[in-house]
Amino acid sequence: MSLSHDHIRRLGRLARIAIEPEESEAVAGRLNRVLRLVEELLAVDTEGVEPMAHALELPERLRPDAVTEEDRRALYQSVAPAVQDGLYLVPRVIE
Amino acid sequence: MLNATVAELSAALAAKQVSSLELTEAFLERIGRLNAVLNAFITVEPERSLAQARAADALRARGDAGPLAGIPIAIKDVYCTKGQRTTCGSRMLEKFVSPYDAHVVERLERAGAVALGKCNMDEFAMGSSNENSYFGAVRNPWDHGRVPGGSSGGSAAAVAARMAPAAIGTDTGGSVRQPAAFSGICGLRPTYGLVSRYGLIAFASSLDQAGPMARTAQDLALLLNVMAGFDPRDSTSAERPKEDYARDLGVKIEGLRIGLPAEYFGEGIEPTVREAVETAAAWFVSQGARTIALELPRTRLAVPAYYVIAPAEASSNLSRFDGVRYGHRASAYADLVDMYCRTRAEGFGTEVKQRILVGTYVLSHGYYDAYYLQAQKVRRLIAQDFSRAFERCDMILGPTAPTTAFEIGAKAEDPVQMYLGDIFTIPAPLAGLPALSLPCGFDGKGLPVGLQLMGPAFSEARLLGAGYRYQQATDWHLRVPTQTPL
Repeated sequence: MSLSHDHIRRLGRLARIAIEPEESEAVAGRLNRVLRLVEELLAVDTEGVEPMAHALELPERLRPDAVTEEDRRALYQSVAPAVQDGLYLVPRVIE
Repeated sequence: MLNATVAELSAALAAKQVSSLELTEAFLERIGRLNAVLNAFITVEPERSLAQARAADALRARGDAGPLAGIPIAIKDVYCTKGQRTTCGSRMLEKFVSPYDAHVVERLERAGAVALGKCNMDEFAMGSSNENSYFGAVRNPWDHGRVPGGSSGGSAAAVAARMAPAAIGTDTGGSVRQPAAFSGICGLRPTYGLVSRYGLIAFASSLDQAGPMARTAQDLALLLNVMAGFDPRDSTSAERPKEDYARDLGVKIEGLRIGLPAEYFGEGIEPTVREAVETAAAWFVSQGARTIALELPRTRLAVPAYYVIAPAEASSNLSRFDGVRYGHRASAYADLVDMYCRTRAEGFGTEVKQRILVGTYVLSHGYYDAYYLQAQKVRRLIAQDFSRAFERCDMILGPTAPTTAFEIGAKAEDPVQMYLGDIFTIPAPLAGLPALSLPCGFDGKGLPVGLQLMGPAFSEARLLGAGYRYQQATDWHLRVPTQTPL
C-alpha cells in the first residue's frame, strides 16, 4: 500500500512530529520506499509460529518490593528546559 | 606508542616504560591534530582525561591495577557520561549533560581506563554511514571521501586513525561490526544480555547491545572482560558466572567446524569482498578446521523484519524526548501538543523522524498484526535457522558487509539502499547471537574488507580465540590507513 498525505498527517499527529505541508511529499516518498521493502514479510508463511519479542528466552526478573532509589529530583531537574518549585513547567493545558 | 595495541600498552604501563599521563597526552595530541579532518569526536575535554590518567598512574603505583588501568579509550556518544555532554549525535541532546554514568562507563572507570572523549555517531544510532549525525559526517581514515560506516562511525575512525587504541560502540543491527569492517579494525557484538545497557540511550531495546572496538581480537577480550557482567539496573542483564574472554586465545583451530552459508557468498556481494572472505575461510581449513555448507534461506527476510521491529521499538523509546524533562524544547508553540510536535520536528533529523513514523505506522491500529507481529514471527524463524545451523557447526563465517566503504553521499538519497547493506549484520542481533568482525584483506581500491564470525549464545571466548589465531597468521589488522599515516 502507499501512504497518502492524509496518512502522513495522521502519523505525524500520532508520533508528535510536526510535518509541514511542503514536507509531506518527500516524507511520503521515503516512507513508501521503506514500506515497499518490508512488504516482502507479508507473504511469508508464519502459520503456528510464536512471535519473538525478545532474544533472551528468560522470564523477566523480579526484585523485592523495596525502595532502592534515593531522591535525585533536584539533580534530574537540573537538565530540564523549564522547572519551578520542583515541578516541570509545560504550556497551560487547563484554562 | 600510538600504533601499539591495548595489550602492548598495558605491558608497557606495567613495566613503567610509559605513564598513562604520557599516553593520554599523546593520543589527545593526535586527536587535536586529526579531528578537524576526520570529525571522529564530538566532545573532547583534555583536562578531564588527564585527571583520569593521573588517577590511573596512582592506581598502578599502588600495585592493584588490572590490564586496562591507564589505557585511553574513546566512547561513543550514546553512552551517558556524568557531568559531560552526551549528545547521541542529535540536536535534541546537543546541550544535554548527563547526570549519571552508563554502567559500562562506570566499569571502565573502575578498571582505571581513561575516557578520551565522546565519539561521533549516526543520530540515535540510526544509520550505516555516520552521515546522519547532527554534528556532521565522519570521514574514513583510509579514504577521506568515504564513510567510516555506522552507526559507531566515530569510534571506528578513531581506532583506525590511531586517535585511540580502543573504543566502545553499540550494535543494534550492525553498528559495531559494519564500521569496524569499513574502517579496517575489529569489533564484537556480544550476546544479548551479556553487557548491561544501563545508561545507554535506547534505540531498539530488544536488539541494542554494547560492544568493544579495537585493532585485535585479544584487545576485544581485554575490554569485554571489564564490560561484561550482571547489572540489576538492566532488566535484560544475564545472570551468569564471570568468564575470562581471553581464555581461548591459545586454542588451536584444528577440529573447528565452520559453517559457510550459501546466502552469504551469493548475489550482491562485491567480488573482491567475496575473494578476501574465501581466502580467510581457506586459511581456517589449512589449520585443520572443517567447513560445513549451510543454508540460511531466510537471510533476505532479516532486513525487512529488522526495519519493522527496530523502528517500532524506536518510536516507543524516543517518545521520551518531549521537550519537558531534558533536551531541546522548541521556542515557539501554540499549546502543549504543539510544543511536543515542534520540539520533535526541530530536535530530530530526517532519518530518525522517518524511523519513528515507520514505527508508528507498523504499531498503529489495523497494521499491528500484519507488520509488527508478522515481523516478530519471521524473527523467530530466523533464530530457529541459526539454532539448527549451530547443531552442525561451531561458528558461521562470512563477510561483515557486502561491500567496502562507499563514498560520502552515495546512498544518502535512498534509505532502502543503505538498509540493504546491513543484510549480513542484522541476522545475529535478531537471534540475539554474538558476532565478531575482523579485517581480512583489501579491495582493489585499497579499502579494508571485514570477515564476520557468528557463534551460538555466549560463545564470545571461542569467537575471539579463532579471531586471535587468524590474526597471528595475518597482518591485515596491522596496516595503517594510507590517507591517515602515523
